Amino acid sequence: MENIVIIGNGIAGITAARHIRKNSDKKITVVSAETDYFFSRTALMYIYMGHMKFEHTQPYENWFWKKNRIDLVKAFVTQVNHEDKKLVLQDGNTINYDKLIIATGSKPNKFGWPGQDLPGVQGLYSKQDLDQLEANAPDNKTCKRAVIVGGGLIGIEMAEMLRSRKIPVTFLVRENSFWNGVLPSGESQMINEHILEHHIDLRLETNLVEILADENGRAKAVTTDKGDTIECTVVGLTAGVSPNIDFLKESGIAIGRGVKVNRFLETNIPDIYAIGDCAEQHEGIGQRRPIEAVWYTGRMMGETVAQTICGNKIEYKPGHWFNSAKFLDLEYQTYGWVFSEQNKKENEQHFHWRHATEKICVTIAFDKDSKQFLGINTFGIRMRHEIFNRWLSEKRDINHIMEFLKDANFDPEFFAAYENEIISKFNSEFGTHITPKKKSWKRIFSNA
Amino acid sequence: MKAIKNIGLVIFLIGLGIFTALPLIGTFKLDQSTFDKIVAEKRIKSELFITDITKNVVGKEFQGMQSISPLVSAAIENANTQHVKNKEYKKKIYTKPSDMATLIGKRSGNGFIANNKGTMWFLTFGLGIIGALLFIIPNVILLGKKGIKNDGIYHESATNKGWVAWLVFIFLVGFYLILYFKSEYATNWTYLVDPISESLSGNPAGHWFVYGFMYCVIMTVMAIRMYIKYRHNMYQMVRTTSVLFFQIVFAFLIPEIMVRLQMPYYDFKNAFPLDYDFFFSWNLKQLLNSGGIGLFILVWGIVLTLVVVPVMVYFFGKRWYCSWVCGCGGLAETLGDPYRQHSSKSLFSWKIERWLIHGVLLFAVVMTGMTLYSFFAETSTVLGIKTQSIQNTYSLAIGSIFAGVIGTGFYPIFGNRVWCRFGCPLAAYLGFVQRFKSRFRITTNGGQCISCGNCSTYCEQGIDVRAYAQKGENIVRSSCVGCGVCSAVCPRGVLKLENGPLEGRINPTEVLLGNDVDLMELTNKK
Ligand SMILES: Cc1cc2nc3c(=O)[nH]c(=O)nc-3n(C[C@H](O)[C@H](O)[C@H](O)COP(=O)(O)OP(=O)(O)OC[C@H]3O[C@@H](n4cnc5c(N)ncnc54)[C@H](O)[C@@H]3O)c2cc1C
Ligand code: SF4
Repeated sequence: MENIVIIGNGIAGITAARHIRKNSDKKITVVSAETDYFFSRTALMYIYMGHMKFEHTQPYENWFWKKNRIDLVKAFVTQVNHEDKKLVLQDGNTINYDKLIIATGSKPNKFGWPGQDLPGVQGLYSKQDLDQLEANAPDNKTCKRAVIVGGGLIGIEMAEMLRSRKIPVTFLVRENSFWNGVLPSGESQMINEHILEHHIDLRLETNLVEILADENGRAKAVTTDKGDTIECTVVGLTAGVSPNIDFLKESGIAIGRGVKVNRFLETNIPDIYAIGDCAEQHEGIGQRRPIEAVWYTGRMMGETVAQTICGNKIEYKPGHWFNSAKFLDLEYQTYGWVFSEQNKKENEQHFHWRHATEKICVTIAFDKDSKQFLGINTFGIRMRHEIFNRWLSEKRDINHIMEFLKDANFDPEFFAAYENEIISKFNSEFGTHITPKKKSWKRIFSNA
Repeated sequence: MKAIKNIGLVIFLIGLGIFTALPLIGTFKLDQSTFDKIVAEKRIKSELFITDITKNVVGKEFQGMQSISPLVSAAIENANTQHVKNKEYKKKIYTKPSDMATLIGKRSGNGFIANNKGTMWFLTFGLGIIGALLFIIPNVILLGKKGIKNDGIYHESATNKGWVAWLVFIFLVGFYLILYFKSEYATNWTYLVDPISESLSGNPAGHWFVYGFMYCVIMTVMAIRMYIKYRHNMYQMVRTTSVLFFQIVFAFLIPEIMVRLQMPYYDFKNAFPLDYDFFFSWNLKQLLNSGGIGLFILVWGIVLTLVVVPVMVYFFGKRWYCSWVCGCGGLAETLGDPYRQHSSKSLFSWKIERWLIHGVLLFAVVMTGMTLYSFFAETSTVLGIKTQSIQNTYSLAIGSIFAGVIGTGFYPIFGNRVWCRFGCPLAAYLGFVQRFKSRFRITTNGGQCISCGNCSTYCEQGIDVRAYAQKGENIVRSSCVGCGVCSAVCPRGVLKLENGPLEGRINPTEVLLGNDVDLMELTNKK
């Protein structure tokens, strides 16, 4: 029986394990150092905020693994020896494999800031980081202020977490508007406003210079490139993540920023694959980046590599880009590509609509010349993945999207609908006369 | 704002404290003339009982029901033992001791409480309502911006099975035990609402009126909490309004008014088999003797269960009943909302659920079959089993203990839908329709799920919603009551309750939307 070993029990490794089990009878072992069982990293914030307990973030009950004959080993792999096809663990034990999947995820970036390793300074990636935050910032008496460095998705989550315990938060963001390397300006601006509404001290275009220690060696303040010194008890470093692959440096496996893989998710060494956050494509697929540290990518790669390992060799071909996030109270979804002003190409044109009073907005990207629909960002309106996926595959033009926009709405029943408003703004901006079609179940479910 | 909340809490606790003390205090004195009336009304022929009560109770002043109740019980028991011994069966008293004590208690209260009903109402219900509202309303500001506000649920004693939760548990269980089994201790409570009862039905309040009134008050106050908590979510607002309307109008007002109009007491939305005694012979006889309206109720009751319920479930799912109309559901969705996270999501509890709820349905159907057979065949036994004893067992075990004591009492520990999930025979019936022939489903939005677990955690019916969502599958489960909270708490907009064509409603998938199209076709077709 072929012996498949997976390093990392995150979404990538576990999806691979589950699909290999579905399609084969191979021996499966998952080695991971962080927790006994798979949990949802994306839910870490909700534990601190008291929405859930840790156990709720585990998608499978504990008996699941034994029943599905997926062996779990809690250990840290220090070395991969591909000549003997074995792993060396921190405790000195070894594990042999026939095929190896590396799915070791990411670690928070640290850019060599002075004081970045002081007690009280931390990232937010692992369960251990969460426990540490609980110790560093249990309430606003222990933690008088927190400074968060890095305006990305994890940064804003961390700010929300701390605010849930009424801890004052200063948020240092390098850009001149929140996440505007990714979001178009209208959206980015709306989030700036929303961050301030949540009483977060947002400092745009501000970089961390140094973290200062008190007499006990704990972080007590940060200084910024604006010349400010901000007193604080906790510093959150959330300036992105990078692949967690230090243990592979001398293994002979080709690495760049991540583990280099081809479209079959194979590394340069036969029988070794890499998936999830830690995998780096030689070249980005379509408009994607070579490393995609998102949940869905890990899951899709897991699905794909399982096919290959079970004898049905398949290229990794992610479909249309989609993603979602939540910025404090604002839900965000995206389908296809909408680029920020900084990154958008010559031919990409945007239509933007924002509600007069509520924090709701939509940006639709389309080709200036052909009018082909390229992508949509929505804030505060949920959209149907299936419909946008279909429209992207069918290369529909923007007028079609507008006409049938109601089919794509995925908000709960009785919610106010904004399609009419959106479309009339579009009509007046582009001189069109589109009348929205009523939602049709038939269309929604046709060839879905 | 915090201060207002705290003041509210104190006022609420004072009201609750007085309410809780009432069963054990108050002055009672039974006059000879009142007792004579009771004897006449109840057609009591036992001179032993009459002498006993006349000697030991009449004319004396008692403090608290606990000092009279044992005397009444003892009087009945002694008299009955003696009569059975002497084979004087005609003299035997069939009224239960607790009911007799309730009757005597109600007619003999004459202290401060019985004489100051309005004041006492204010000190209990009034303070409770004012305090609760002061506690709840500041949340409009304290909760901040619109959105899901579940912060701290697992940090607080009340919502995380801490000591507060256990106190609430003890209080609720105690309350139901009094209500179902020791109603004489509810006597003082009935005084509080006598004026209200008299203005509606014309009769003084019994303990069931207290319950009905309290039910409405609690639901209203807790509905205000729902309105504030889910003020960004129109589905929750509309649903809460609906369930509140049906409770106040259909379950509370209409039946009382019908009594005033000399019609049978009937809740038009309470469908068999939840309304398990609908076909009991006393009810059938009452309906058949009530002329046109009785007949109408009889036909409506049957049509409701056989036609209205399944047809509506076909179009809208069982939510139209369980979380939009039903009283049990109404309490669960208002008073019970803070506890929804406690329903177990394990596969094991799902197994128990299926055995129990279908067992209760079977029990209800068999009991009703026996009841109807007995009614039409005019016999009291079926295959040698006494119909009455089966009915009594059901009433006690299911109607009182399961639905009441466990169903509501266990809210703070096992979640707010214990009865609806594990016990309600109507829910089981609706569930079959929903699972096999309904347009309702919770649609999963392609590949957007991040397996965070909020949906499963806040599912009051213990459905592991995430197990479906993370596979890209729609949720089609018989137990789903369509409360819509999974959809509300999902941070990624993955879930939508909707009614659509049957085809494609259940959509097993292996590879989620978003991955390569060939791969999806390959594995999903297999
Ligand atoms: C707070 C937070 C919120 C996020 N929210 C979102 C979101 O909303 N949407 C989204 O798309 N993405 C989100 N992400 C990103 C997403 O969680 C990751 O992309 C995803 O979890 C990566 O999965 P993975 O399986 O590749 O790696 P991981 O989940 O990191 O799993 C790798 C595992 O391998 C273990 N490991 C590493 N090295 C070794 C070794 N040498 N020996 C043994 N074990 C080892 C690690 O300890 C870890 O447990 C979020 C991330 C964080 C931190
Ligand atoms: S709440 Fe939403 S994202 Fe989270 S597990 Fe449920 S469906 Fe998935």
